[in-house]
Amino acid sequence: MHKFLIRSFVSSLVLLFTLTVAAIAKDVKAAFVYIGPTGDHGWTYQHDVGRKAVEAAGFKTTYVEGVPESADAERVLRQLANSGHDIIFTTSFGYMNPTNKVAKEFPNVKFEHATGYKREHPNVATYAARFYEGRTILGTIAGTMTKSNVIGYVASFPIPEVIRGINSFTLAAQKVNPNIKTKIVWAFTWYDPGKEAEAAKALIDQGADVIAQHTDSTAIVQMAEKAGVYAFGQASDMDKFAPKAVLTSVENNWGPYYVDRVKAVANGTWNQKDTWHGIGDGMVVISGLDSQMPSDLQAKVKKLQADLASGKVHSFTGPIYDQKGNLMVAEGKTADDGMLAGMMTYVKGVEGDIPK
Amino acid sequence: MIIDINFVGLIIASIMASAVPLILASCGELITERSGVLNLGVEGMMIIGAISGFALMTITGSLIIAVFGAMLAGVLISTIFAFLTQTLITNHVATGLALTIFGIGISAMIGKNFVGIPGKEFPVLFEGLKDTIPLLSPILFGHSIVFYFAFALPFITSYFLKKTKIGLIVRAVGDSPESASNQGINVRLVRYACILYGGAMCGLAGAYLSMIYTPQWIENMTGGRGWIALALVVFSTWNPIKILIGALIFGGLTIIQFHMQAIGVRIPVQFLTALPYIVTIIVLVVISRDSRKIRLSTPSSLGKSFHKDN
Repeated sequence: MHKFLIRSFVSSLVLLFTLTVAAIAKDVKAAFVYIGPTGDHGWTYQHDVGRKAVEAAGFKTTYVEGVPESADAERVLRQLANSGHDIIFTTSFGYMNPTNKVAKEFPNVKFEHATGYKREHPNVATYAARFYEGRTILGTIAGTMTKSNVIGYVASFPIPEVIRGINSFTLAAQKVNPNIKTKIVWAFTWYDPGKEAEAAKALIDQGADVIAQHTDSTAIVQMAEKAGVYAFGQASDMDKFAPKAVLTSVENNWGPYYVDRVKAVANGTWNQKDTWHGIGDGMVVISGLDSQMPSDLQAKVKKLQADLASGKVHSFTGPIYDQKGNLMVAEGKTADDGMLAGMMTYVKGVEGDIPK
Repeated sequence: MIIDINFVGLIIASIMASAVPLILASCGELITERSGVLNLGVEGMMIIGAISGFALMTITGSLIIAVFGAMLAGVLISTIFAFLTQTLITNHVATGLALTIFGIGISAMIGKNFVGIPGKEFPVLFEGLKDTIPLLSPILFGHSIVFYFAFALPFITSYFLKKTKIGLIVRAVGDSPESASNQGINVRLVRYACILYGGAMCGLAGAYLSMIYTPQWIENMTGGRGWIALALVVFSTWNPIKILIGALIFGGLTIIQFHMQAIGVRIPVQFLTALPYIVTIIVLVVISRDSRKIRLSTPSSLGKSFHKDN
């Protein structure tokens, strides 16, 4: 009996020791909180591709999908912070306040909030991508490729991110083709394939021969393929869904950033910062250019891509006027990040009003 | 703006195409409800049909297997509902809601491996005749077989309910299961059959979305169309022809409001997006004012469980 007790005591000591060593030498664990399902093939899907890159780099990851932007988010965050995660990525704008609130309670856990601006505690960093740079390239292509001079644009919700995209796209298209008209249709959804297809169909029937989108599904490029017009992929490379229609796609590439940040936690070099990366840092990626584009346009696009990456060209370079003709950005100046972040007015040349 | 006659034809054709899933699901649910069973699982059965059709098409490569497989999947999931509500006599509303939640969940689980795969092209009929008659050609020709079936279905359903003996039995079971039972009708069997038929039609409606209308799979792709189909059944006062009208108005306004946006009509966009819902309800309420007719077509025992012993 005594022997048994001693043996079990020793073995539990050994077990405890092993566990402690494991805890000290453990890998950094990263968690991801998603607004949608990973199966949306859009926003959340791309974040999950980034998460897989973190796994591939040798770290453990967890994710929770379909988390509402409410008190539920706080509960999920607390649970993740309590269960040994060292860094938590919250990948939707609405998680801004929950992230900051929970970050205060867990000073040793790092929090990374996508597309927000609040960093109330030293363990909260923010990050976003300059997708508008990608739309400058799409606008350049659209303005050159259109024959009807009518370009269709399926938009989701009237928020600065979307308005900025419409403006950047239109400015670029006008630069190469002053006669174009951008027709905007608001679908009031991020993804509903049926509705998106209907919106695209309406624009095509109205004479648009190039369709851009700021919604997430592949329904629009498929509709463009059926109707024989051009389109651009959104969030991921959509070429295989519509090989003839898709001229290029703007891809959200979170992987490198995620790997960097998780590594920084592992090395102890993580610091609070606000990241807004574009083409130059590889967060915004332009997919392969379609061979239907004339070679001089391809060359032009490649150069524009390089110039946007190096900072030689800025998507919002003055003079830029709003719809009423008021100067927004003076000649020779570029829009600063503050202006871009809060952009809620159309530039000259965009038709219609922003829904209020 | 010059209105081109073929342009009008194109718009009408796209309106009809968008109404197809609503017509299929509503007509299926109509039969279920006329037998006295309220199945709120339409959305769930549709999404199961959508993933089953898409998955089978991707795996087998056969469109026929995929379409019938989707209908079978609808039948299978509605069998659960039928077993619960008819054999175990559970509450229709709660069971139907559970069916929808179950369908959305399980379709997402099955669908994990089918995200990001392009669908196949679905063959269309009479494509050669597309440019023969102005205005009518785009409406009549160049659509999938499911499209033609959907537009025949309300008339078939109407004939079935009014003119056939089995239709009469279905209505009898929905109005007064006790009397029907006393006449020697197996109420449970009839209701089982009607629920399964509703499941098949909802499965087909889902397959239309994932295989023909927008050939792809993404989670939740039915986007609430099941609920609209349910509402159409009620607002049409259980009349298949009015379902057809309601589905066309709903689909039509959804598409026309996009056109109005594209033309630049200065009406608040939020109002335009709400328009299909508002107008469909108003029109259906107005055309269904005759209370005598409503009484005739409303299944009096809708949603009430039937026990043979009581």
